[in-house]
Amino acid sequence: MRGHFDDELAKLNNSLIEMGALIEDAIARAARALENQDVETARGVLAGDDRIDDKEKEIESRCLRLLIGQHPVARDFRQISTALKMITDMERIGDQAADICEICLELSGRPYIPKLEPSPLMADATMRMVTRSIDAYVKKDADLAQDVIESDDDVDRLYLAVRAELIDLVHEDPANGEQAFDLMQIAKYFERIGDHACNIAEWVIFFLTGRHKDQQVF
Amino acid sequence: MKRISPSETFMAAITWAAALLTAGALLYIIGFILWRGVPYITPSLFAPVYNSINVSLLPALVSTVMMAVLSLSFALPLGIGAAVYLAEYARRGNRAVRLIRLAAETLAGIPSIVYGLFGMLFFVVWLGWDFSLLAGSCTLAIMILPLLLRSGEEALLSVPDSYREGSFALGAGKLRTVFRIVLPAAIPGVLAGVVLAVGRIAGETAALIYTAGTVAQIPPDVFASARTLSVHMYALSREGLHTNEGYATAVVLLLVVIGINVIAARIAGKIGGAHERV
Amino acid sequence: MNVFDITDLNLWYGKFQALQNINMSASEAEITALIGPSGCGKSTLLKTLNRMNDLVPGCRVTGSVCLSGMDIYGNLNVNDLRKRVGMVFQKPNPFPMSVYDNIAFGPRTHGVKSRYALDEAVENSLKAAAIWDEVKDRLRKSALGLSGGQQQRLCIARALAVKPEVLLLDEPTSALDPISTGKIEELLLELKNDYSIIIVTHNMQQATRISDQTAFFLLGEMIEYDSTEKIFSMPQDKRTEDYVTGRFG
Repeated sequence: MRGHFDDELAKLNNSLIEMGALIEDAIARAARALENQDVETARGVLAGDDRIDDKEKEIESRCLRLLIGQHPVARDFRQISTALKMITDMERIGDQAADICEICLELSGRPYIPKLEPSPLMADATMRMVTRSIDAYVKKDADLAQDVIESDDDVDRLYLAVRAELIDLVHEDPANGEQAFDLMQIAKYFERIGDHACNIAEWVIFFLTGRHKDQQVF
Repeated sequence: MKRISPSETFMAAITWAAALLTAGALLYIIGFILWRGVPYITPSLFAPVYNSINVSLLPALVSTVMMAVLSLSFALPLGIGAAVYLAEYARRGNRAVRLIRLAAETLAGIPSIVYGLFGMLFFVVWLGWDFSLLAGSCTLAIMILPLLLRSGEEALLSVPDSYREGSFALGAGKLRTVFRIVLPAAIPGVLAGVVLAVGRIAGETAALIYTAGTVAQIPPDVFASARTLSVHMYALSREGLHTNEGYATAVVLLLVVIGINVIAARIAGKIGGAHERV
Repeated sequence: MNVFDITDLNLWYGKFQALQNINMSASEAEITALIGPSGCGKSTLLKTLNRMNDLVPGCRVTGSVCLSGMDIYGNLNVNDLRKRVGMVFQKPNPFPMSVYDNIAFGPRTHGVKSRYALDEAVENSLKAAAIWDEVKDRLRKSALGLSGGQQQRLCIARALAVKPEVLLLDEPTSALDPISTGKIEELLLELKNDYSIIIVTHNMQQATRISDQTAFFLLGEMIEYDSTEKIFSMPQDKRTEDYVTGRFG
């Protein structure tokens, strides 16, 4: 029964996994570009953002078609509404990876002043959050999603550490200000990516339990 | 192009012929009666008194109407009452119900002359009512009872259960449901039975000759003998002296029967149109 | 406040057990929907609430059904019960009489005689059922001349005319087109302010559109009973989930 609908749901799922892979890849490459001041990789990420946007459009229209055609209820309804909410955050993550790469291009050709310790850590931590939030959706794992939400605090802490270091740098030498400002923005972007991963995880929990942000929706 | 097989054409022809023959027989009888009877319908036939010179049919006409009204007033309450019991109260497959049905079917199959003999022995002799309108109408009432019972029961059973449910769901009891909802809805069917019954009453001779007698005057009361139109016709044609007046009587009888049918259809239509008040 | 409290209700048709240990209650001024596949007992349950099951030979009931705290299988007169608990059927079943007489039948049954009171009851019920404007000029004409949707609203008006506390509806729109169905759903949402409504429906969307509570039945058992939103977003039982998402069986 409902074989056609189930096929459509499976396709939706695959599209989501594909989009997840695209953004994971975008963040990973953005982090690499940042670390190695690799202009080619950064350009690649910027060019790849269109594919993420297209994927979002595709999933969106899939969801809307299922809503109008299948009148989903219960688990189906939660799955489709979760997908609709998730892709917004995923698309923003893609944008932020691109934004990071844009700043990379600005910074290229100028060596980094100091080695900022927490910065690669931040990239790492947020990347893990994104990967795991999408994993939680794919594996229907509410515990994993909960982990993601909790690890957001770590990212926030790292962000504050980066900020403190950058302020110190500027105090040391005001000439560092320009670069510090750019790096600050990058840290902010990573922090935002963490927030979006957190949102995704929250919707995954809604999909699995009907509760969103620890509130009974119904 | 549609090819029609020979056997199909043959069957079609046979059914056509059958239909034509049936209609033809009816038209021939009616035509024959009209042809023989209409010229002899004279005002004198409707004189209030019958005598051997002027064989007036008016007394017989009046007697027929009285006979029909009396018989129906005996048989209708009984027949409908029994039908209501069978259709609404008795459990399906109940032994008493089967007995009643069997009795009704048997009664329906008995030749009318047997009713006549029974009526004569029971009403005329045993009860001492003599040849009378009353004895005749009681005999006819028994005769038409199975007919009214069957048609009444069928009419009640054909009333959709949804009417009954609707009535019960409003808090109406069984009695109110049966008499205010089901029975009114069944009246067209009941009337169809009444029409058939009147037809039988109007056409009956054998049973009446032995119970109501053949006195051709307007009966002063129900204990007087009376002859209906059919009996009148029988008497005229047996005597052989007033055959033409017999045909004239047949025309009148025909008109009476058609008239009753039309009136019944009108009433049924009115009630079917659902205007009566509860 | 609960209008109905059903406790340990079991029902047999002869040897066949049609309802098993039903425990549920229906709240005042709410619409409660009963859903489930054909033969699951939902219509049977509805009929136990105004004792229409009494008409079925061989039907036996144990447990209790209380209407505002009073056991309807106790010493409550069945005709009084049915006056308090009105019912509308799957197929519109107006009586073969005038619109006016259809509505007046109930009040007359319960002893209303005055012409004025009857006129008032007829007008009020027809207005409450949102059909007054369509029939006010043809009150004396046969109710059978109305369209299917109008007939069903007439039947609702007829049920309202005896001033019930509860309205039971057995798939009231299954024989109607979408526009008539919409009108009746709209009407039920209006009526729920003044009447408690219990509706059996095969139409899942209908249950989500109009009901506050939904009970899911399967093979004579009540599987799950919760707020309609809960049942259709986050059912607790796998069987409920399978049924509402159309993956049943």
